[in-house]
Amino acid sequence: MIEVKQAAKSYGKLNVLRDISLKIETGEFVGIIGPNGSGKSTLLNLISGIEEPDQGEISLAGQPITSFSRKSLSQRLAVLQQDGLPSISYPVREVIEMGRFPFQDWRGREKGSNADDLLNQIMNRLELQELAGRPLSVLSGGQRQRVALGKVMAQQPEVLLLDEPTTYLDIRYQMQFMDLIASWQREEGLTVVAVMHDLNLASLYCDRLLILSAGKVIAEGTPDEILVPETIEAVFDVKSHTVNHPDTGVPQLLLQKRS
Amino acid sequence: MKTKLAGYGTIGLALLFITLLICIGFGSVPLPAGEIVAIMLHRIPGIGNLITPDWSVSSEQIVMQVRLPRVLLGMLVGASLSVAGAAFQGVLRNPLADPFTLGVSSGSAVGAAVLIFFGWQFSVAGVFTLPLVAFFTGAVTLWIVMWLARENGKIPIESLILSGVVMQSFLGAIVSFLTAMSKKTINEIMYWTMGSLSLRGWSYTAILLPYLALGVLFLWSRSRTLNLLALGEREAAHSGLNVESTKLIILLVATLMTAAAVSVSGVIGFVGLVVPHMIRLITGPDYRLIIPLSALGGGIFMMWSDLAARSLLAPTEIPLGVVTAFVGAPFFAYLLYRKKKAREVNMQ
Repeated sequence: MIEVKQAAKSYGKLNVLRDISLKIETGEFVGIIGPNGSGKSTLLNLISGIEEPDQGEISLAGQPITSFSRKSLSQRLAVLQQDGLPSISYPVREVIEMGRFPFQDWRGREKGSNADDLLNQIMNRLELQELAGRPLSVLSGGQRQRVALGKVMAQQPEVLLLDEPTTYLDIRYQMQFMDLIASWQREEGLTVVAVMHDLNLASLYCDRLLILSAGKVIAEGTPDEILVPETIEAVFDVKSHTVNHPDTGVPQLLLQKRS
Repeated sequence: MKTKLAGYGTIGLALLFITLLICIGFGSVPLPAGEIVAIMLHRIPGIGNLITPDWSVSSEQIVMQVRLPRVLLGMLVGASLSVAGAAFQGVLRNPLADPFTLGVSSGSAVGAAVLIFFGWQFSVAGVFTLPLVAFFTGAVTLWIVMWLARENGKIPIESLILSGVVMQSFLGAIVSFLTAMSKKTINEIMYWTMGSLSLRGWSYTAILLPYLALGVLFLWSRSRTLNLLALGEREAAHSGLNVESTKLIILLVATLMTAAAVSVSGVIGFVGLVVPHMIRLITGPDYRLIIPLSALGGGIFMMWSDLAARSLLAPTEIPLGVVTAFVGAPFFAYLLYRKKKAREVNMQ
């Protein structure tokens, strides 16, 4: 679905990404992990076509990403950002409807069907009906991030990019949010690429993990292969133990205090 | 949304019409509203024959030659500046942006003043020379202001306003200099520093109308885009908007509308700031409502301002830009204060 070939990107003298190559198959849930400043967000920006690589090529469904217009790209690929939506006074339902923008003409009409059923379905699923008419500015962070999710769901993409989407949420909303993504992904066969901060969350939800460090992919594989104390120490300079989750058996990290 | 627009639109049009009648009726010779309506209807082909003229010739002359052109011109100028202001605020996501605070009005005025100083008003493109040159100098000013204000690819609210003020004082100085150097055209250039609608006649209305009509229609057609931009530029790009080209064209159209307004009336400040904010308070943030209603609201606001300008100290006329600044500058201060308050709340 997504292929990155020898991509490099630098800002001034700072080489953020050097020679990145990766392939992501349709329907995969791939997590990108790595220390701060390792180029994770930049990689996501390149895949989303917001920035162009200095070298190399990125393609979506076999076509170079630069060959898509912003509109046709957005019909296939959606992005959920870390900082979510700004605190503006537009009502919830209208913001979610903005996800339909790539499918609408300049008067806001869609070819063939109208999107009302889809929007109602999303509002129900995310339990946003009661907030439908409220302005974003009065919502909590967790609610606002759910609206952001509703907006990308309305976009009906084939690929979803997540940039540390749960950073500002408490654990209840983190889990709720990731569960919503996971069930959506299973139902629609969505391809998900997520930059993740929390390694245990990444292990719970991702099929495959990539470790980015200093602008390079230094390891990739299943959570079992990646989340081993030696690798974690090499990348993050943190000592840890791994245990298997009692329910699912996926690895979970226990951090070790330095004494 | 459509019923809302129809509702507000009807109220707006009614207010616009009432304002029009009051402003035409008011003056050294008061005219009753019924007579004004009859005089205007009489001019409309088809209906005109049904009305027998029972008014004096002088009344008709006052309406058709003096007051109507002035009031209509005020309406068009107010509508242009307000819609331009709403568009600037939308694209720059900055509630303090407006043709005046961004320096675009002053930039356009410099172009106009230079032409008049050298007597080149009709040199290159006939009656379109003034608006086109004003557009060019206005656009260059906007570009410089945005370039000055940019920090790391972003344009913070405060530095944009600061750059606008800097450019404004510089350009204002150029206009003042030209005024001082020019003996015979002094009054004409003065219009451009303080704004005025007096003694303009019908030709100016005809010059401005196409810019206003096309500008409003275009920006209205882009109102959903402006809504999307409110989510932030990156989010808008992820939602399928070509952000850079959209911003560029909306800024240029808003600048063109400003330049057209400035080239017929001079610099009239704060209209584009006050009116869209009033509309926002009533209707909420949706640009599908804000753009068309700002046109109506701007027309109404400017007609009242001009009425105040010519009647408060009659027979002395207060410059129109002075009247709008009396209303607009305190309003600007209030917006600044509210932004400060909002920031304080966020910090806690």
